[in-house]
Amino acid sequence: MTNLAIAAHGLRKSYGDKTVLDGVDLAVPEGTVFSLLGPNGAGKTTAVKILSTLIGADAGDLRVAGHDLATAPQAVRAAIGVTGQFSAVDGLITGEENMLLMADLHHLSRREGRRVAAGLLERFGLTEAAKKPASTYSGGMKRRLDIAMTLVGDPRIIFLDEPTTGLDPRSRHNMWQIIRELVTGGVTVFLTTQYLEEADELADRIAVLNDGKIAAEGTAEELKRLVPGGHVRLRFTDPAAYRSAASALREAARDDESLTLRIPGDGSQRELRSLLARLDSAGIEADELTVHTPDLDDVFFALTGSDTAPDHQPKETVR
Amino acid sequence: MSSLSLAVRDSSTMLRRNLLHARRYPSLTLNLLLTPVMLLLLFVYVFGDVMSAGMGGAGRSQYVAYVVPGILLMTIGSTVIGAAVSVATDMSEGIIARFRTMAIHRSSVLIGHVIGSVLQSIAGVVLVGAVAVAIGFRSTDATVLEWLAAFGLLVLFALALTWIAVGMGMASPNAEAASNSAMPLILLPLISSAFTPIDAMPGWFQPIAQYQPFTPAIETLRGLLLGSGIGNNGWLAVAWSVGLAALGYFWSTSKFRDDQK
Repeated sequence: MTNLAIAAHGLRKSYGDKTVLDGVDLAVPEGTVFSLLGPNGAGKTTAVKILSTLIGADAGDLRVAGHDLATAPQAVRAAIGVTGQFSAVDGLITGEENMLLMADLHHLSRREGRRVAAGLLERFGLTEAAKKPASTYSGGMKRRLDIAMTLVGDPRIIFLDEPTTGLDPRSRHNMWQIIRELVTGGVTVFLTTQYLEEADELADRIAVLNDGKIAAEGTAEELKRLVPGGHVRLRFTDPAAYRSAASALREAARDDESLTLRIPGDGSQRELRSLLARLDSAGIEADELTVHTPDLDDVFFALTGSDTAPDHQPKETVR
Repeated sequence: MSSLSLAVRDSSTMLRRNLLHARRYPSLTLNLLLTPVMLLLLFVYVFGDVMSAGMGGAGRSQYVAYVVPGILLMTIGSTVIGAAVSVATDMSEGIIARFRTMAIHRSSVLIGHVIGSVLQSIAGVVLVGAVAVAIGFRSTDATVLEWLAAFGLLVLFALALTWIAVGMGMASPNAEAASNSAMPLILLPLISSAFTPIDAMPGWFQPIAQYQPFTPAIETLRGLLLGSGIGNNGWLAVAWSVGLAALGYFWSTSKFRDDQK
């Protein structure tokens, strides 16, 4: 097993009689992307604040970069970079001055600081805006500057608290690209998000946080297998073919209106082969065959109680 | 890096940041200088003859000499309001959270604010002092040593009021509240010996004017610049300043730690 960048055992935090984190265990191996997923108010930001030394935990054995959070917070701070949910740039000074401020606080020499600042501004497409006050930047530019500032000290572990909330789709995809590049460089990323798609795209492992507890943890694929809802869908245009297929596949759920059959299953290769064999032996050819596996939305709603679900239609996934 | 050199290095970085703010947005500081300059001109040119007659003096020019030390200390009281406002603004920004997650000296943010504000106060005193000289204020009898002592007193007093103002800024939820709670710092000189001698005030009011930090500081500065008697006021001024600085320091730093919940 590789070394853990972040290890939490029994993390608890409450404000007054409101329990925000109720015994959370986390294990994030070095060089991976870990995503904490959860609805608003689940305690994601509190977890990030605790792990990034901003606030103290009530209980729990917490180690970040091998250092104990309770006894060596300054050593933890030296290893991490944090981009919070709210913009952490100094709006009164320019983008470049923000970067040089970070370089000074990381005790880089003047020359090294200028080199690092210029390099990161270039990498994040901010060279042109470098001399303008950060308060005049757009939301996406502020986020990019925010991340660029976080990277000045070359942190080995980066916390990103909802890095794409409020960004337009293009900026969001840019951010994803940035995060992927970070991981290529061996950085560990701890990401919170309320976008399932984002966790699915980026994370090696995902934990679903609900009501202060980890409701489920695993890879996106593992999580998807946790919930029912997988099926194969056969669509026909010829009513006669539809009827003969329906009689050959007794277990299928029929939809006579659209001439489609739903055969429950996990979408595995073996199951598909046997289904296709049965269709072949009955001489049936469907006009369209799609495999639906449950996506993270299904998992999310199943684990966090679907009454809070936004209007979101589960997607069909063609494999 | 030792913790002392870390503190010095990070605090000077934070100081540079604050001076950059002040240079980029000088209007806050300049606006705060308007009050003492306006009061100086008002009391000299509008009320000057009456005031000096009431004090049994020989006219306006003598009143200029009387009022300038108070105005200079009021300038400090006024400019440190800027520190309260900028600290409160800063604390409401995400950048402070970033500083807290970095391996830097914990109090460097506050120390940067304090030193920046003291420097701005002294710059303000120099500007207002230049106006005073332009309208006839002279301190020709003072020795070099008295000048140095006067400068030292101004710096010490600025340090004291700045730490108090930073505490007020830390305790305020936003810039507006900070500016309101720091108001007494510019109102206190009005009820001190800045404009009239204490024994010319109604009896019931005299203790209010007597037992507050501005009066001993004003009397001391007056003595140093103009050769009037200082008496106990020198020690009182130093004691007030050190006490207020210590109080403001502990208040501010404990507020800064408290926010980490």
